[in-house]
Parts: sequence; C-alpha cells; structure tokens
Amino acid sequence: MKILVCISKSPDTTSKISFIDNNSKFNEEGVQYIVNPYDEWYALVRALELKEENGGSVSIITVGNSQDEAIMRKALAIGADNAIRIDTDPKDAYSVAMQISEYAKKNNFDMILTGKETINYNGSQVGGMIAEDMDLPFISLASKLEANGNTLKIESEDIGGIQVLEVNTPVVISCAKGMAEQRIPNMRGIMAARTKPLNIVPPIDVESLTKFESYNLPEAKSACKMINPENIDELVELLHNEAKVI
Amino acid sequence: MAVLVYINSENGITKNAYEVVTYAKKLEEQVIVITTGPKDESSLSKLGEYGAKKILIDSSFSGKDSQQLTRIIGSAVESTNANTIVFSHDTVAKTIAPRLSVKLKAGLISGAIEIPNGDKIKVNVFSGKAFGNVKIYSEKRIISVLPNSIQPEKNQSNCIIEDFNGSAGDTRIKLIDTKKIEGDIPLPEAELVVSGGRGLKGPENWNIIEDLAKELGAATACSRPVSDIGWRPHNEHVGQTGIAIRPNLYIAAGISGAIQHLAGVNGSKTIVVINTDSEAPFFKAADYGIIGDAFEVLPRLTESIKKFKASN
Repeated sequence: MKILVCISKSPDTTSKISFIDNNSKFNEEGVQYIVNPYDEWYALVRALELKEENGGSVSIITVGNSQDEAIMRKALAIGADNAIRIDTDPKDAYSVAMQISEYAKKNNFDMILTGKETINYNGSQVGGMIAEDMDLPFISLASKLEANGNTLKIESEDIGGIQVLEVNTPVVISCAKGMAEQRIPNMRGIMAARTKPLNIVPPIDVESLTKFESYNLPEAKSACKMINPENIDELVELLHNEAKVI
Repeated sequence: MAVLVYINSENGITKNAYEVVTYAKKLEEQVIVITTGPKDESSLSKLGEYGAKKILIDSSFSGKDSQQLTRIIGSAVESTNANTIVFSHDTVAKTIAPRLSVKLKAGLISGAIEIPNGDKIKVNVFSGKAFGNVKIYSEKRIISVLPNSIQPEKNQSNCIIEDFNGSAGDTRIKLIDTKKIEGDIPLPEAELVVSGGRGLKGPENWNIIEDLAKELGAATACSRPVSDIGWRPHNEHVGQTGIAIRPNLYIAAGISGAIQHLAGVNGSKTIVVINTDSEAPFFKAADYGIIGDAFEVLPRLTESIKKFKASN
C-alpha cells in the first residue's frame, strides 16, 4: 500500500502566542515548531503501522520553505520512507490543498492521510479539499482504520456518536485521536533519517481564496473569585445570579 | 442575493440550527435552508421563527458520503443563486464544507465566532489562544460557525417548505453501523460540562463527577492523562489534541490546567476550578475557584445544586 501523509508545522503546544507588524503577523521569535500533533501522532503513526502490517511505503509531504526541513526530518526519523516539500510558502488551505493534490495526482497513492486539523489554524479543510479536487471519497475525523486488501473499515466521528464505514482505496482520510499512539523516534531512526531522500518539488501557480488580515489576543480574564469550600451554596448562588449559567 | 444554510436534521433540529440561521439572517435577508433530514414539517418550520424563508428538503439522501452531500448542496447553490453558504462547524460540515469550497471555488472560513462587522470574519486560531480576522477574496463564500458562539435571535418570517432533488449521484462509502456515544448529552453540544483530571486518583472515583453531571444535566469530560491511562474513553478528552468545547459552564476538578488543556476549554463562558493546589495554573483562567479536595467539594456541590433546584 502506497500512503501519502500530509504534514504541517505548528508552534509547540506550550508556545506563547503573540503578533507583530500591527497585529498582522504571527511572532515567530522564540517559537519552536513541531510536526502538527494530529498529523504526527495519528496520521503518520497509523500509516507506518499499516505499512508494517501490509507492506508498501509511507511518504510525507508538506508545503513550505527550507525551514520546514526540520519537521520533515522528524517525520522521517519516526519512520517515513521519503519526504516531499513543495517549495512555496503556504498561503491558505485552498492553495496548500491544490499544491498537494497536483503532486498526488501524478503519483498514484492508495491512501492520503491528514491530521484532523492543525493546532494553529484549526481549519480542518485541507483533506476534504484534496479529495474533491481528485474526485476521491473523503472520510474525516477517523478514530480507527483497518485495511483488508483494498477495502478499508473506518470508524469516524459523527454527530452524537461514531459511524463505521467501508470504502475502497484510493481515499482521503483525516485522522483524530484513537487512530494510533504517539511514537518517539529512536537513535537508529534519527540516524537513518539523515540519508533518506528529501525531494523538493516546484509549486504550481495557484491563487489563494482567503487571507488572515489581522489577529488579536483575548482580553485578560478578570481575577478568579475564590470560594470557601465550606460554603458551596455561595458558588451555586453566583452561578445562578452572577454568571447566569444555571 | 440569498444565503444558503445547510442544516443536519438527522437527529432533529438542535440549537446549533437556530444559531446558523440567526447568523445567516445577519448577512442577507433571503435565508434559504437545505437539509436532507426527515421531512418533519413542524420542527423544520420552527426555523422560520429565526428568519428562514424557505426550506429545501432532499429526502432521497441517506448514508454518510460527503461527496453526495456536496453534490446536493452544490445544486441547491445553483438553483437558489446563493452567494454565501453557511454551516455549523460540526463533524458533518468539516467533511462537506472543504469539498464544496473546491467545487464552487469559494473561499472557506472555518469556525466563525461572531456576526461579521464589515468584510472580515472573526475566528478562533491557535486553539483558542488568539483570534484571527479573515477575508474571503472569491466571489462566493462559505462560512462555518462555531457551535455555541452566536445567540439565536427570533426574527419571524413566512417560511415555505419545498421538496428538492439535488441529484446525489453514486456513493463509494458504505455505512456499516452507527454507535451512539454513551451518556445522554454529546460533549461537543453540551452547555454544561463537568470534567475530571488525575486528581481524582482512579476511574472508580468517577461517580462523584457523574453524580454532579447528572444533577446539573451536564456532559462529562476529562483531561488528556486520564484518557491516555484509559480511565475514561478518548471521546471525553478535551484539550489541544482532543476536542475543543465552549460550554456555558465548565467545572474542572483535579485538573491542574496545563496550557494544552486550556486550549480546549478557554472558549467556555464560565469556568469553575476545584483543586487542592492553590498554585494550580488553572485558577488564572477560572472565574470561580475552590481550593479544596474534589472528594469533599464535588459531593457537597451536588447536594447544593439539588437544594437549589428544589427551591427554584
């Protein structure tokens, strides 16, 4: 099975978020980038498990500049066979999806996996966009994936529950918690990653449809009101009369 | 110009449906709803109270194929000549909206949290740690609205219900089974949530969380370590890598409030934190705090809620 895993960089989950240039740009100073956790922990690791069970290959792809090579090496260290970088700065989900789709159309993958969303833009858009552009079935928010030849059995999130679906490859799937467990790369993996191929692909000309014009931070919360544990009725009274939530 | 609103009415009309119709009505006068749910005219016509003028029902569709739903909505866009399509940012919209964006070449904004003022639309970014203001540059636009962000507003319209044939086409996805999640209230839709962390010491102690949740009519949730050790199921994990929720009330017991946990709950309107450690970072994000032992405080709170309900 030939699997393509789309990865994106995102700021480390503990990063302090701030903006520069009149709040128009994310302040990258001191920010450590990681592989977006949904892409790494769920999509990439499940792809590797499927390869270990059934054979095949796992490629990772990202759209970005040469600074993204650190996260690509990380994905290779975890176990991906090769890495592709489409050499352009990502503008919006649509343009990123079109870049990946263009590459995927020429390379006959059985499965294209993404994380369910990135932790920086939380859009949950790229996977569905690739599927539509390639005329492939798309299953989102998958928490379980079993392969039996070309037939996949997938559990995915539905409103108020879980649905069990069956689909044949090729297919695009977005991955959520439950798919796999995080893997820490070992020294052998890290060493091997150094010599694995890192392909740089020129971008196609594609417009973006949306743009983040500015950002702002939430207003500081007013101080927490402390309540004596001996006087819980006071909390109930405040929740009713002040917060008006019960 | 018209706004087309997609509503998933498989499980009836929920509050999220009123939210998106309210949102759409603020954008354009002509609000048209497309749904594939059962033709329950009495509950569908309620959408008219929030401003919907027409409801289109494609009753031929069943199943879970996002491509078929995209085709149906696409043909509804064509026949209504809508320039804006609005979704509730739920699991179904996350599957269809991106497809529709490519099909119509319409810019997509996911997770709008406010009625737009001008051409920029406010969304959550960095898992709720900041806001972004996004502009769409295409002719048509698609907006999905984060559940529990917009207050539904009544705006009576004459509402007609029409059958619609959206030509879903063939499917390549077979539905084998559906499993309802245990518990009465699905977490993403819950207005009240009671959540427990490692401070509860073990899964056998969860009854004190469940008792309070039951008394409040709340859903239950947990922190990441709790679901990772297997004390609670994955679908209860709220936080940066689990699910993000924005209930009216979030009660957290025995959760220290790591930045990753906060990212999943900082959209909550009111946060109550119960922790033995007065230095727990969660108190900085809380509205009300109790320094105390969850094993004593939670049962007392349950009793107090019971008393409050009896006297109100």
